[in-house]
Amino acid sequence: MQIDKNQLLRFTTAGSVDDGKSTLIGRLLYDSKSIFEDQLSNVAAISKKKGFEHLDLALFTDGLRDEREQGITIDVAYRYFTTPKRKFIIADTPGHIQYTRNMVTGASTANVAIVLIDARKGVIEQTKRHSYIASLLQISHIIVCVNKMDLVNYSEEVFTNIVQDYEEISSKMMIKDVRYIPISALKGDNVVIRSQQMPWYQNAPLLHTLETIHISSDTNKVDARFPVQTVLRPQSNDFPDFRGYAGKIAGGIFRTGDQVTVYPSGLSSTIKTINQYDELLEEAFVDMSVVFTLEDEIDISRGDMLVKSNNVPKVTQDLTAMLCWLHHQPAKPKAKYIIKHTTNEQKAIIKNVYYKVDIDTLKRNEEAKEIEMNTICKVQLRTTLPLIIDSYSKNRTTGSFILIDAATNETVAAGMVV
Amino acid sequence: MSKYYQNYIDELESEAIFVLREVFAEFQNPAILFSGGKDSIVLTHLAKKAFYPSKIPFSLLHIDTGHNFPETIKFRDYLAAKLDVNLIVGSVQEAINEGRVVEEKGHQATRNLLQITTLLDAIETHQIDGAIGGGRRDEEKARAKERFFSHRDDFGQWTPKNQRPELWNLFNAKMHYGEHFRIFPISNWTEMDVWHYILREGIEIPSLYFAHEREVVWRNNSWIPVSEFLIPLKNEKVVTKKVRFRTLGDITISGGIESEANNIAKIVKEVAAMRETERGNRADDKRSETAMEDRKKEGYF
Repeated sequence: MQIDKNQLLRFTTAGSVDDGKSTLIGRLLYDSKSIFEDQLSNVAAISKKKGFEHLDLALFTDGLRDEREQGITIDVAYRYFTTPKRKFIIADTPGHIQYTRNMVTGASTANVAIVLIDARKGVIEQTKRHSYIASLLQISHIIVCVNKMDLVNYSEEVFTNIVQDYEEISSKMMIKDVRYIPISALKGDNVVIRSQQMPWYQNAPLLHTLETIHISSDTNKVDARFPVQTVLRPQSNDFPDFRGYAGKIAGGIFRTGDQVTVYPSGLSSTIKTINQYDELLEEAFVDMSVVFTLEDEIDISRGDMLVKSNNVPKVTQDLTAMLCWLHHQPAKPKAKYIIKHTTNEQKAIIKNVYYKVDIDTLKRNEEAKEIEMNTICKVQLRTTLPLIIDSYSKNRTTGSFILIDAATNETVAAGMVV
Repeated sequence: MSKYYQNYIDELESEAIFVLREVFAEFQNPAILFSGGKDSIVLTHLAKKAFYPSKIPFSLLHIDTGHNFPETIKFRDYLAAKLDVNLIVGSVQEAINEGRVVEEKGHQATRNLLQITTLLDAIETHQIDGAIGGGRRDEEKARAKERFFSHRDDFGQWTPKNQRPELWNLFNAKMHYGEHFRIFPISNWTEMDVWHYILREGIEIPSLYFAHEREVVWRNNSWIPVSEFLIPLKNEKVVTKKVRFRTLGDITISGGIESEANNIAKIVKEVAAMRETERGNRADDKRSETAMEDRKKEGYF
C-alpha cells in the first residue's frame, strides 16, 4: 500500500429506515475484507440467535445497546476501512426525521454523500430531505444507490425511472456531481463486486467509484485563510524570542515571504517562516497544521485570522446565514447565543428570520418565524464584535459556525454563511 | 492531480494536532491519560509536535492498577523524564486499601473496572477539566459513536444518547462546574494507521510490543503472561513462548500472540495480515456484548 500517496475520503450515508444503510456498510466492510474474524463470528452468532438464514450485515455497524434492541441506528457511528487505493471514513447517520441533527453532523465533514433509495419505493419525501441536507452542506459529490434491486428483478426500467425522478428533484438543489448505481446490499450486487444480474449497467460498482472519485479540487486552494488557534512562546534558552502562531490552514496556500494581513486588527506583516514541528517549509496549503512566524512583532491572539493581503475576507457584525436548529428547545426570541466561528467566539442574536424551508416541499415559508428542532431557515445575525467570514459556498471552514446556549452549554444550531 | 493535497497519514496527523491545540486553548487544566500503551504514546508524540518548540503543556495521568507489566512503568517514567512533563499517578491499590472499591474474586478477577473510581478520583483531585485519551473509534462498537470532545457530567458519566452534535471542526468545550471532557484526538485512526505512523515517525515503544520469550498460559484464546498476580489453574500448563502484545492493559488481562516480529516494520506487516481485532485478546471486552458501552457510561477511558 502506498501510504505516502493515498488520500482520505469521508462519506456519509443517508436513507430512510429500512433502506438498508447499515446493511450496505456491512457489505462494504465485509466484501472489502475489513471485517475481522472475531467480529464475524460474533455477528454470525447473533444472526443465528435472531433466526436469520444469512449474516445480518447491519450488526457490524449498530453499536449501542438501545439500537441493538430496537434494530435501528440512533446516533452517528463512524466506521473505517482501507483499500489499496484509499482510506475511508464512513459517517453512518440515522434516517428518521427526528434525527436530522445527526445527519447534518455526518454531512458537515463529508466529501461524498451516498443517498439510498429503496427500488420498490422510489424517490420519497425522505430522499428529498436527505438530498436537500447534502446540498445545503455542500457535499461535492452525491452517489444515488438504488438498493434492493434483487426485489424488483434487477429491472432496468425501475432504475431508469428512479434516475429520472431524482434528476427532477436534484435540479432544484445545488448539487454539482450526481452518479447513480443500481445495487443490492443484501446480495452484494455492484457494491464491491460487479453484478452479474444487471448487464445493462455499464458503470463502476460503488467501491470503485469511491476509490477513484476526484476530491483534491473540493477544498479551496485560492483564498488563503489561517485562523490562529494559539500563540507559542516557549521563552526557553534555546528559543528565547520565538513567537509562533499555531493553526490549521483553512484555505489557500501560504508561502514564506507572503505579505499577510491580520484580522480584525488590519495590521500587516510578512511570513518569516512556516514551521511544521522542527522542519521549515517553503509553502503550506489548506488543511495543514503549521506554525507561522512573522517579520514584525504585532499583537495577534487566538480568534484572529491571518490572510494574504491581496485577497481579503469579509469583516462584519451582521451576517446572513442558513441555520439548522439542532436542539429540542426552540430558539428563544431576542436571546443571546454564543457563536463559535473558526477559533473565534462571540455573542450573537438572531435579528430576523427571512424564511423557513419546508423540507418536504422545499418551498420557502416567509410567514413562519418560530425556530424548532430540525428547522432549516435563513436568518440575519448580529454579533457583539466583527467576525471574519467567507460564504460557505466558497469555504466550508470560514463559512460555518455553531450556536451554543450559554445557560445549558448545549450546541443548538449549525450555521452556514450565505 | 494537484500536488496540493495531503496523504491520509498527514491528514490524520494534522487533524489530531488541531484537536490538541484546541484542547490547550479551551481548557484550564488538561491532561493526557497515559497508559503506556501505543495509542497514548502516539498521542504524546503528537502533543510534542503540536507545541514545538514549546514543551508539552499537559500533564501525563497514569492510572496504576498495581497489576502492571514492569516494562510499562519503566517506559512511562523514562518518557516523562525525557519530555520533561509532569506525571500524575492515581493508584487503584490505594483505593482498595481505603475501602473505596472492592477487589473482584476468583481466578478471572481483574482490576479493570476498579480503574474507573481511581480515574474519576484523580480527575477530581487534580481538577482536570480535559482528559485527553488515545481511544479510537475503530476499537470497539460503543467507541464508534464517540465525539472528539466528549462531555461527562458531574458523576463522570457518558450519556451516549444525548451527545452534543459535532459539526465541521467546531468543538463545543463549554461545561458547568464539576463536569469534565474526554477528548479523543486520534478518533479517526485505525490500529493500522497507528502502526504506520509509529514506523514513519520512528516512535519509541515499550519492548512488550516486540516478540520476546515469556512464560505464559493458554486462557481465553490467548497467551496470558504468568506473573505474581496470575496463578495458573490446575489444568493450565505454563509454557515458554515467543510472544508479543497487540495492546497493553493489565498484566492479568493482556493476551499475547505468538510472533516473530521483532521490529516495527515486521509488526506493520503482521498487523496487516491479522484476522482478529486487537481487542479480541482483551478479556475485559469479552464479558458481554455491550461490555465497553456499559463501562464507558460509568466513566471508563
